[in-house]
Amino acid sequence: MKTTVRIILFMVLLLWFYTWFSNSVPQIRGEPPVEQAVSLRGMTMEAYINLGRALFNGKGTCTLCHNAVTHRAPLLIEESEDGHPVGVRAQYRIKNPRYGGEASSPEEYIRESMIAPSAFVVKGFGKTGSNDTASPMPPVKSGAIGLSDIEINAIVAFLQKVSGVAVTVSLPRDEPPPAVETEEPPPAGTMAQLAEKYRCRLCHAMPGLEIKPGEGEIGPPLKGLSRFRNDAPGGLDLRGYIRQSILTPNAYIAKGYEADIMPDDFADRMRVSELELAVETLASEAGKR
Amino acid sequence: MIRSKEKLFSATAVIFLLIAFTVFCLAAVAHAETPADSALTAAASPAPRLAADSYPTVSLPFAGKLNSRLVIWITAQLHLFFAAFVLGVPVFVLIIEMVGVLTRDPRYDILARELMTISLTAFSFTATLGAIFLFSLIIFYPDFTKYSLNIFRPVMMAYAVLFLAESVFLYVYYYGWDAMARGNLKWVHLTFGLLLNVAGTSLMALANSWSTFMMAPTGVSAEGVFLGNIWDVIHGPLWNPLNLHRFVANVAYGGSIVGAYAGYRFLTSRSFSERAHYDWMGHKANMIAIIGLIPLPFAGYWMTKEIYAYSQQLGITLMGGIFAWLFIIQALLIGALFLGANYYLWMGMGRFGEGNQYRRAVKYLSLVLTVCFLIWFTPHTLIMTGSEIKALGGPHHPVLGYLGVMSAKNTAVNIMIVTTFLSFLLYRRTGRKPVVPWAQAGNCVLVALFLAGAGNIIFLGVYGYFVPAAVRIGFSIPQVVTTLSVIVIGSVINEMMHRGSQIVGAPNWGRMPVRSQYALFLLAVSFTWLMGLMGYVRSGIRQHWHIYTIMRDYSSEAYTPTLGHAAAIITGITLVFLAMVIFIFWLDDLRQKKDDRKNI
Repeated sequence: MKTTVRIILFMVLLLWFYTWFSNSVPQIRGEPPVEQAVSLRGMTMEAYINLGRALFNGKGTCTLCHNAVTHRAPLLIEESEDGHPVGVRAQYRIKNPRYGGEASSPEEYIRESMIAPSAFVVKGFGKTGSNDTASPMPPVKSGAIGLSDIEINAIVAFLQKVSGVAVTVSLPRDEPPPAVETEEPPPAGTMAQLAEKYRCRLCHAMPGLEIKPGEGEIGPPLKGLSRFRNDAPGGLDLRGYIRQSILTPNAYIAKGYEADIMPDDFADRMRVSELELAVETLASEAGKR
Repeated sequence: MIRSKEKLFSATAVIFLLIAFTVFCLAAVAHAETPADSALTAAASPAPRLAADSYPTVSLPFAGKLNSRLVIWITAQLHLFFAAFVLGVPVFVLIIEMVGVLTRDPRYDILARELMTISLTAFSFTATLGAIFLFSLIIFYPDFTKYSLNIFRPVMMAYAVLFLAESVFLYVYYYGWDAMARGNLKWVHLTFGLLLNVAGTSLMALANSWSTFMMAPTGVSAEGVFLGNIWDVIHGPLWNPLNLHRFVANVAYGGSIVGAYAGYRFLTSRSFSERAHYDWMGHKANMIAIIGLIPLPFAGYWMTKEIYAYSQQLGITLMGGIFAWLFIIQALLIGALFLGANYYLWMGMGRFGEGNQYRRAVKYLSLVLTVCFLIWFTPHTLIMTGSEIKALGGPHHPVLGYLGVMSAKNTAVNIMIVTTFLSFLLYRRTGRKPVVPWAQAGNCVLVALFLAGAGNIIFLGVYGYFVPAAVRIGFSIPQVVTTLSVIVIGSVINEMMHRGSQIVGAPNWGRMPVRSQYALFLLAVSFTWLMGLMGYVRSGIRQHWHIYTIMRDYSSEAYTPTLGHAAAIITGITLVFLAMVIFIFWLDDLRQKKDDRKNI
C-alpha cells in the first residue's frame, strides 16, 4: 500500500510540475475576431485609411508574415531590402516581365495582390518547389480572413498613404441592395410542382397530393369538380369551366365558399402550358369523389 | 476432435465473410459519390452559419450549467488516451508473439498474452468513452455534428463495420490463444493478430479523417458544400501525416503504459521470480517506447510541414503565434522522455554486474543529452521588463539568443536521437563480446559512423546561420537523413558483429534499483500529458473555427484558452486517466490472485 501511495504521489508531483511550468510562460488568450459592420455614413478618407490600418494589423492578419522579425513575406510599409514601400513599387511591378496579372494601375496591383497573390510572386517568397510562381499567401477575400471589398480597399488606401503616394482609392458609398433575382423560374412539369409553385394546396385539397394539417380548407376540393359545374351557369364544358375558375375565379363561387379569396392574376402569372396541365389533370379527376 | 475442427472451420468462414464485408464497405466508401437528386442531397448543403444561441445549454443540479467545450475536451481526450493504448499494444503484442515463435522462447508468448490481458479491459473503456463523446457532441454541438455526419455518412458506416470486425478479431485472438497455441494453428493465431491490427489501424485512419477535415477541409466548396467524392474529403493534406504520427505515437505510448504496469508490479511483487519477470517486462516495454520515440519527431516535422503547405497562416499560428511558447513546454516534456528512457537503459546496464563494460560512457552520454536538452529548451524571445530589455540591448540574449532558433533546435534534437540510439546500442552490447574476426574493424567503422553523423548534423546546423531562411529550412531534411542513416547502418553492423558473440555477463533480471522504476512512471505520465498538450494545440490552431474557414464557432467558448488554463485541464484529464489505469491494474491484480488460488 505504501508503495502504491508513493507511486501516486510521484505522478501527482510530476503533473503539478508540468502545470506549474506551463503557467510560468507568457499567457495569451486567443479571442475570436468581432464581426463589425463598417458604417459608411460620414466616412472621411482619413477615417477610411485608419480603418485600413486597423485591418492591416488585425483582422487581415497581414503582419503575421509581412514583418521584419520573421520576414516570411516582403515588407510592405517601409523602405527595406525588399525595395520601396509597396505603394511605390507597385508601378514597377505591373511592368515586370514576370507579372502575370491583369492590373493596369498601382492601386489595382495592390488590390490584386491581396485577392490573387500568385499574380506576382517576389523572388524568394514563393511556395517551396514552385520556383516563385505560386504564393503561399491565402486570398484575403475567402477562407479564414474573409475581407469584404470595402475592407480590402481600406487596406489599399492605408498602404498608399504609408508609402507616401497619392491615395487613389475612392471613398466607399453605401452599397446598393443586392439585385433582385428576376430570372423566371422554369414552368411546372407536374401537378405537384404546379401546386407548390402557385400555392394552390394552401386553400384546395388537391387530387393525388397529401393534405397537410391546416391546408386545403379555404377553397373547394379540386377532386370531383363535375358536381360544381352542374350548378354553374351553363354554356361551358368541363374544361372550359376549370379554365374559367382559374383565370376569373369570381365568375362562379361554389356553394359554401366565399368570393374574392382566390387571386385573380393567374392569367398574368401562369404559362399556357401550366394552365393546360392544370385543366387536363383536374378534368381527369372531375368525376371522382 | 472433428467437432472442434468443424467449429474452427465455421468460425473461420464467419471471419472471412466479415473481412469480405469490411473490404466491400471500404471500397464503397472510396468510390461513394453523391448524385444530385439522391436522398443524400442534405450533404450538398453549405455549412450552417451559427449564432450564439445555436448551442444548447445543459445544467445539472449539482454542477450548474455545463461548459460545452470542456465536456467535449474531457470525453474526447480520455477516449483518445485509451484508444491510443488499445491500438498501440496489439501492434507490439503481435511482434512479441512472432519473436516468441521464431526464437522458441516461451517468455515472449507469456509476455504477449499478459499485455493483451491488460489491454482487454481498456478496450471496453475505449468503446464506452467513445459513445459518451459522440452523445456529448450530439447534445452540445448539434449543428456541427449534423453537418459532419451528413458529409461523413459513408465513413460512419465503414467505421461501425470495422469496429465490429475489430471486436471479433480481438476476442478470437485473445480467447483463442490456448486453442491455437501449436503447429499451424499458431500461424492462424498470428493471422488473427494481424487482422486485429489492420482493423484497428483502419479505424484510427477513418477517425483521423474527421480531425484533419476540421483542420484542413477538402472535398467541399468554400461554403462547405460537399462536392460529391468522399475520398477527397477523407484524403486531405494532413491525413497521412496524422496517420503516421498517431501510429508511431501509439506504439511508443502503449510501451510507456505497459512499462508503468511492469514498474508497478515490480515494486509490489512478493517474490524474486515475480520481480525478475516484471523487470524483464519493464525492459522490453522501455525498448518499445524508445523505438517509437525515436521516429516521432520526424513524423511531427512532416505533419508541421504539411500544415504550412496547406495554409501558411495555420502554420504560423502553430509555431509563431499564441502557441509559440507551447513548444518550450513540449521541449521540456520530450527532454524528460529522452532522459527518462536513457536513464532506465543506463540503470539496466547494471544488471550485468562486472559484464557492464560501458559504465564509464554513461556520464558522457548524459552530458551530451543534457546540453542538447538545454539548447532545445532555450526560448527564442525572453520574457523581460522594459529595463531588462534595455540592459540586454534587445529581446534576444547576445549569446543564448542564437540557441533559440530552428538551426540550433534541429541540431539538438537530432543529436539527442543519435545519442539515445548509442545508449541503446551500448545496452545491446553489454555483457557480450564479438567473436567475428573483423570485430576491431567493425568497432572502428561504428565509431567513424557516429562521429561523421554527429559532425554532419552539427555542420548543417552551424551553416544554417549563414544562409537565407528558405535554404536553412531545407537543411532539416539532410539532418534527418543523417540520423536515420546512423541508426540503420549502425544497427546492421552491430548485429552482424555480435552474431554468435561470447557471453561475458548474463543479465540478472530483478536486480534493478527502485528508482529505476520511477523512470518508467515518468515516461508514462509524461507521454500521457504530452499527448494531451499536443491534442490541445492540434485542435487550438483552428482558433475560432469548428471547421477551418468553413464553419465558424460562435459559442461563448470560441476563444483559445491560455497555455496555463489548458495545462490545468490536461492535468485534470491525465489524473482521471491514470486513476482509470490504476483501476485496470487493480482488476488485473484481482484476476492474478484468483489464478493463484486456483493453482493452490
